[in-house]
Amino acid sequence: MDHLHTALWGVLPYLVLACLVTGTAWRYRYDRFGFTTRSSQLHENRLLRIGSPLFHFGLLLILLGHIVGLLVPERFTEWLHVTEAQYSAGALVAGSLAGLMATGGLAILLWRRTRVRAVRRASSRSDRVLYPVLAATLVAGLMNTMVTPATSDYDYRLGVSVWVRSLFTLDPDISHMADAPLQFQLHAVLAMALFALWPFSRLIHAFTAPVGYLFRPYVIYRARGHRPHGPHGPRDGYRSRGARGRGGERPVPLVGTGRDAGR
Amino acid sequence: MPPRKAPIGRVMAQVAMVMNLDKCIGCHTCSVTCKQTWTNRQGTEYVWFNNVETRPGQGYPRRYEDQETWRGGWELRRGKLVPRSGGRLRRLSRIFANPELPALSDYYEPWTYDYANLTDAPLGDDVPTAPPHSLIDGRPMAIGAGPNWDDDLGGGPEHTAKDPLLERVSETVRLEYQDAFMFYLPRICEHCLNPSCVAVCPSGAMYKRVEDGIVLVDQDRCRGWRMCVSGCPYKKVYFNHSSGKAEKCTFCYPRIEAGEPTVCSETCVGRLRYLGVILYDADRVDRAAAVPDEKDLYEAQLECFLDPGDPEVVRAAEASGIPHDWLTAARRSPVHALISQYRVALPLHPEYRTMPMVWYVPPLSPIVDALSQGGHDGEDAGNLFGAIDTLRIPLSYLAELFTAGDVEPVAAALRRLGAMRAHMRHHNLGEEPDPAIAASVGMDPTAIETMYRLLALAKYDERYVIPTSYVAEPGSPLDTGCSLDGEGGPGMYEADAFHTAPGAGPEPEHAGLALRGRVNLLNWDGAGRPDGLFPETTA
Repeated sequence: MDHLHTALWGVLPYLVLACLVTGTAWRYRYDRFGFTTRSSQLHENRLLRIGSPLFHFGLLLILLGHIVGLLVPERFTEWLHVTEAQYSAGALVAGSLAGLMATGGLAILLWRRTRVRAVRRASSRSDRVLYPVLAATLVAGLMNTMVTPATSDYDYRLGVSVWVRSLFTLDPDISHMADAPLQFQLHAVLAMALFALWPFSRLIHAFTAPVGYLFRPYVIYRARGHRPHGPHGPRDGYRSRGARGRGGERPVPLVGTGRDAGR
Repeated sequence: MPPRKAPIGRVMAQVAMVMNLDKCIGCHTCSVTCKQTWTNRQGTEYVWFNNVETRPGQGYPRRYEDQETWRGGWELRRGKLVPRSGGRLRRLSRIFANPELPALSDYYEPWTYDYANLTDAPLGDDVPTAPPHSLIDGRPMAIGAGPNWDDDLGGGPEHTAKDPLLERVSETVRLEYQDAFMFYLPRICEHCLNPSCVAVCPSGAMYKRVEDGIVLVDQDRCRGWRMCVSGCPYKKVYFNHSSGKAEKCTFCYPRIEAGEPTVCSETCVGRLRYLGVILYDADRVDRAAAVPDEKDLYEAQLECFLDPGDPEVVRAAEASGIPHDWLTAARRSPVHALISQYRVALPLHPEYRTMPMVWYVPPLSPIVDALSQGGHDGEDAGNLFGAIDTLRIPLSYLAELFTAGDVEPVAAALRRLGAMRAHMRHHNLGEEPDPAIAASVGMDPTAIETMYRLLALAKYDERYVIPTSYVAEPGSPLDTGCSLDGEGGPGMYEADAFHTAPGAGPEPEHAGLALRGRVNLLNWDGAGRPDGLFPETTA
């Protein structure tokens, strides 16, 4: 049993992290063309317009919740004079809301993906692997948020969170995870599966969130530019389809074009 | 009309197009050749970079001009130019589901036929058919829409009446068949000076090329947020549902770079397309696109364009780095002549404030026919000018298309075309030309005759005046090489890797790795068994 715990909570997280980082780097280098949302809105609009924002905004809230719950130590909230009861109530309400949003949204999207023929046909093999894992992770997480507080008095901030933080100090605290309830362990394993799948599925589009759009001039100019090729440049053997067809243009400094000054 | 000379800012060059609608017979050759060149792939079945629509009609995608629904282009908000679909924050908040995205049903569901059934069907009493099935979900389908479903007013009056422009035209337009009017409008991407598709692209994948103004999608940076599809008021950015990327008319940039016309121009049966360089002042574009009155947008855009014959413009252009052969080409540009000199070409929907760069010579010919059928002399200047106001194609309809509803510039362009006909008629009949005809439209006989030559006779090299793309010394920042030469590209191998006879000279130093040490069978003389005839075996 000890070896299993060491493997799951001491070794696996780092393997998954390595997979996530190298996988993303590999994909960015060799399949930049594949970095896309693979949107199916063209095929079906009505359900997507409810399900997709629900799911995605729910996920963003969940991300926020995980940052607060896992990375902020209990000492910090105590220092802010937030009592344990207040914190749990807040976590229960906000966490349930976010979890229900994301799970509900995903339910709509999955129904749509399986029942609308055009969307089903547009689904890839990686989608078929990804969606069950994603759904299971979400449901397990939702259980931990809504059911566990009612049935047990396990405080994840003294257990799972300590383990997560210990991962970053390269000194994994395996015992805290080994003692956690099964549903938390399950959620953690599923989440690691999700992170391992990340670079090889459509989830990759999350890394391309267009935050820069907020700070960019509206109209972009680019010049045809020099591109290393043939014997002059490094050979990397294989380039994505897109890189061959239309790449190569080099962005020019936007300030220099004059037009963008007032935008 | 240069009343006051504004100081010239940063000069930029654009390869622009003019189409002469009088000559379009609606044969769709441009659409078909374009499709075969660019969009005959999975995921782009419904994509028509070039389409020809019958006007009045709903266009493609249907009712794309209804910006109340699709919210394409720009609008003025408290004097500031903002994408009509909202600023940056609103766009990002709608990123998970774009509320203004047309559905496939606004285009059409692409289909193919079960041709195999024609030969494979078992023997029976009935002739086998090739039933249609959907290319989207694979099911048998009844075809109910297509890329030009209402061609030649095919949908009947109820269908045609849904034309968003007809809804705005005040006078009653007769749609009964016997009184109907129609003309064809070929459309490609406008390659705007102020492109709203570029402005709404969250990932910054869309851009306007500095050298020739062509608007392109960087396929490696597109993330499929599909904001460009709704941001373009002309609906000329399409979503490839197979690759998940946006695609659009490329103005055939590989051909333009080589000095050749676009495929749609090259194959146009009516020879109605003109391509040439336009010089414009990039610093004036923002102000021009933001003039308060929509009806001033046509004039405002004209004022952005620069006269390549003006030595001051040439000096400024050279300072901005525009090569000499581009300036020479700009002076010969048929597009500049039709737009700025003769003022017979007009922009398509300037009210979208995108400053489009594909312009149109409005159609005149129906009035000549109409006058002749009524027993009048269809090419008499007096008759022509009088008839322009009572055109069968109502001026107000053309004005909705080309000048944001302002009838005067359309009428002026048509009068100039009419004057040209009347003038040339005198000429052809050996009569003394009446200089008053030319003077009545503010031109002189020589100008009218050059315009006639450009519109009626212009040969290939007069219609397409395209300088080749900037060529620079190898290794300099402007050296682009061939796009197929990239690593792993089909052109990556050096020429001498292939064309070296066995044993002749030393092995090329930079042969493709896979070919190093191998015999090229293309020029193997068949004698003996030279080293490297077979791949090395490791066993």
